Amino acid sequence: MKKYIAKRLAIAVIVMLGASLLSFLLLYFAPGNPAHAILTAQLGHDPSLEEVAFFMMKHDLNNPFLVQCSQWLYMITHLNLGTSFRTGEPVLMEFLDRFPATFELAFTSMLIALLIAIPVGILSALKQNSILDHSSRLVALCGVSMPNFWLGLVLIMFFSLKLGWFPCFGYGTASHLVLPAITLGTGLAAPLMRLMRASMLEVLRQDYIRTARSKGLSEHLVMWKHGLKNALIPVITHMGMQTGHLLGGAVIVETIFAWPGVGKFLVDGIYARDYPVIQGFVLVIALFFVLSNLAVDILYTYLDPRIRYDVENKK
Amino acid sequence: MTLLSIENLNAHFHTEDGAVRAVNGIDLNIEEGEKLGLIGETGCGKTVLGLAILRLLSENTKIEGKILYKGKNLLTMSDNEIRKIRGKEIAMIFQNPLSSMNPVLTVGTQVAEPVELHQHLKKQDAMRRVIEMLKSVKIPLPQERVKEYPHEFSGGMRQRAMIAMGLICMPSLIIADEPTTGLDVTIQAQIVELMKEVLRDSGTSMLLITHDLAVASELCDNIAVMYPGEIVEYGSVRDLFKDPKHPYTRGFLNSLPSKGFKPITGTSPSLINLPKGCKFHPRCSLATDKCKIKRPELIKVGKKHYVRCFLYD
Repeated sequence: MKKYIAKRLAIAVIVMLGASLLSFLLLYFAPGNPAHAILTAQLGHDPSLEEVAFFMMKHDLNNPFLVQCSQWLYMITHLNLGTSFRTGEPVLMEFLDRFPATFELAFTSMLIALLIAIPVGILSALKQNSILDHSSRLVALCGVSMPNFWLGLVLIMFFSLKLGWFPCFGYGTASHLVLPAITLGTGLAAPLMRLMRASMLEVLRQDYIRTARSKGLSEHLVMWKHGLKNALIPVITHMGMQTGHLLGGAVIVETIFAWPGVGKFLVDGIYARDYPVIQGFVLVIALFFVLSNLAVDILYTYLDPRIRYDVENKK
Repeated sequence: MTLLSIENLNAHFHTEDGAVRAVNGIDLNIEEGEKLGLIGETGCGKTVLGLAILRLLSENTKIEGKILYKGKNLLTMSDNEIRKIRGKEIAMIFQNPLSSMNPVLTVGTQVAEPVELHQHLKKQDAMRRVIEMLKSVKIPLPQERVKEYPHEFSGGMRQRAMIAMGLICMPSLIIADEPTTGLDVTIQAQIVELMKEVLRDSGTSMLLITHDLAVASELCDNIAVMYPGEIVEYGSVRDLFKDPKHPYTRGFLNSLPSKGFKPITGTSPSLINLPKGCKFHPRCSLATDKCKIKRPELIKVGKKHYVRCFLYD
């Protein structure tokens, strides 16, 4: 197991470098000049040629592509993500400043999604083709079809403007968290719920469920003891991928609710061609992706004893 | 004394292709201590019959008739009552133990469930009982193996664990559905030997569902031959082997490797589209016009020997 984790982490380094390099490549060859974009924003008017030239020189932007690449590689191998062109702050600090907010939102919305998806999914599987099942399908369909920005705005309109229960934007208290977390969580819950239902139905058709019933177990025990653990495996897989996404920041929801998270800063960085921010953020987000998938793989071994990663060491 | 009596049992279920008539008017009795073999080709409804006894069929199955266990009708009792019979009074042994055991629970946990449930044993006591039981079905090192998962067992060992799971509450009746199918021939012989031994020791009655005549003749006192949804012949093992009456039974016996390996011509009918009259007439060389129209009744041809065929009318 340890060997497996070490192997996966070694692969993670390659994935991170690849993702970061790829994003740099795209930006480098995309139209638009970081000096022009950033100076316009900072000065409030079009910069002069001298100002642009000075900016390019200061940030080594005149170097050939491969030289810039190796400069970047040198930096990150020394655990330095550089400084943002826009703010002049270290990229790592910019990330760490924003990550708690992103993490809080990601964690809460995933929790909301699971709290809705798992019980409702199980119930719809148990009462297949009942009114509950049909209505949960309808709600799930609405859930996946509703765009986040729309749901977010509707929630703001209703719960903060009309009823005044929750603040409509900002960050800090628990009540600030409610609306953005619901917006994100319901969108996540819909596919998870359908997956939970399908997976449970599949499990309930298995021979071992019939065996459990033949021993006289109540439907409750059949479900919780024999069904759930088997049915959770595909749900966990999906959840792991979604968690990776969420930790990369939810740009739209962060923008609507003025949530000071990672996603919005990264997108602003992309518009401004803020190379160090883009590369640094992509690098760290890639790490979270790999880590959340690794966590899922480790979780598998607890759910299903047939899955082992250390078979070659066993004997 | 009659332990289980099945009276005019019908089990039909609806599919997109039409109604599947898996069991059609079956009468069967199992006496205390009796080992009855239910024999037939794949898809003749014998597994459905076995599952119907413990009400393990899916909810869209329409079951009519009576299944009396010690005088009580299993089909009309409440869900709670039937759950107290399952595993405790009547237990099942399934074919294909790999898919019939839960992959994510240890063998010990699964074998212990019936005693924990019906005899309210605590975990430790239940585990002690499981180890005893695994020892009696000759699983080596049972203290170690209870902690293992089904996939860590070999096919034969898994089937032994299944048998232990079925017998752990000392049920009055065991329904064994193809317990030796899918095992190597040498393992099959071991399992048959083992079942013979444990059944002799416990005095448990058994309904053995199988397509393997050799296994049935080893383990059973009487045999019922099933052909799409009906019993076509019933008798003691001796009667059936020495003096088979129904053309189907004869064909079945002749198709054994030891009797010349001659297959019965044609294929068995689909349960959706059963032929009129005697269900065997399209494949029967002795069929007359009467066989095509009228369904024959079970006719007594010996002391405990019945056959459903006009030849003996």
